[in-house]
Amino acid sequence: MREQLARELGDDALILGHRLSEWCGHAPSLEIDLALANIGLDLLGQAQFFLTLAGAPDGRDADALAYRRTEDEFCNCLLVEQPNGDFARTIARQFLFSAWQELRFAELAGDADAQIAAIAAKAVKEISYHASFAGDWVIRLGDGTEESHRRMAEGLDWCWRFTDELFAGDAAALRPAWAARVEATLAQAGLPTPKPVRGITGGRVGRHSEHLGHILAEMQYLPRAHPDAVW
Amino acid sequence: MTAILPLWEVFVRAKNGLSHRHVGSVHAADARMAIQAARDVYTRRMEGVSLWVLPSAAITASDPGEADALFAPAADKVYRHPTFYVVPDNVKHI
Repeated sequence: MREQLARELGDDALILGHRLSEWCGHAPSLEIDLALANIGLDLLGQAQFFLTLAGAPDGRDADALAYRRTEDEFCNCLLVEQPNGDFARTIARQFLFSAWQELRFAELAGDADAQIAAIAAKAVKEISYHASFAGDWVIRLGDGTEESHRRMAEGLDWCWRFTDELFAGDAAALRPAWAARVEATLAQAGLPTPKPVRGITGGRVGRHSEHLGHILAEMQYLPRAHPDAVW
Repeated sequence: MTAILPLWEVFVRAKNGLSHRHVGSVHAADARMAIQAARDVYTRRMEGVSLWVLPSAAITASDPGEADALFAPAADKVYRHPTFYVVPDNVKHI
């Protein structure tokens, strides 16, 4: 139970961190390049803590879980593995995820499991920055030019079908608070709330989109080709 | 993108009790975005506990052409330095 939760949270952070690292050197400006890389590194830190916890009972470290599992053994939500698309879609993904993650981690900071609680309490501060950074950009793009508004709306539409999965199981209670935050930000941005769509789920039980395989191919290539290589 | 965004000068206070020091600049649309950019660019390795940003356009700089008139006369005024006193050993932090 605890290992499963640690694995889900760790995989979310690992995969989204990897996605954000893909922007490195490609972002619209130096400031945004560093901002996205910073968020990615924050997530990588969370992944390390959670995957260490998840692997401990089997004597596997975080690297073993990150680099030596196949895609059906990953249980990240589908939202985080979605391709970056343009900057607006990346921001949409980040905002929807970070707004959820902030609520989830604030709740887990009071968890009965002391280690889960400690990791969550440490991470919730940085997540709060991620959510506000992404939220600000949702507003800027939504309330910007005709083109930025259109791209922001398209980015949110793309991501929307993957949000149901965030509220599976005992995270269901977080939905009203999440919806209120998202709707408030979208209203400020002058963006419509995306229409309800049939949610796509399956990531938590290892049924992933084709995108995850490509991520892992890139992420795992080096450790698989050169096992136990060190710097 | 940076071409259309104004420049902001960034000042970081390394720790409480020290003054803010100029560290560089960022491009941003407004003050809030400038603070975020400054945080990401200049404080990600624990360089500071407080940030200031101000529009670069708000700075008035001295004219390099007037450097001689402004600064050269100070060169031979050693008596303006408080170095002609003996500081007692017990007086610290001077």
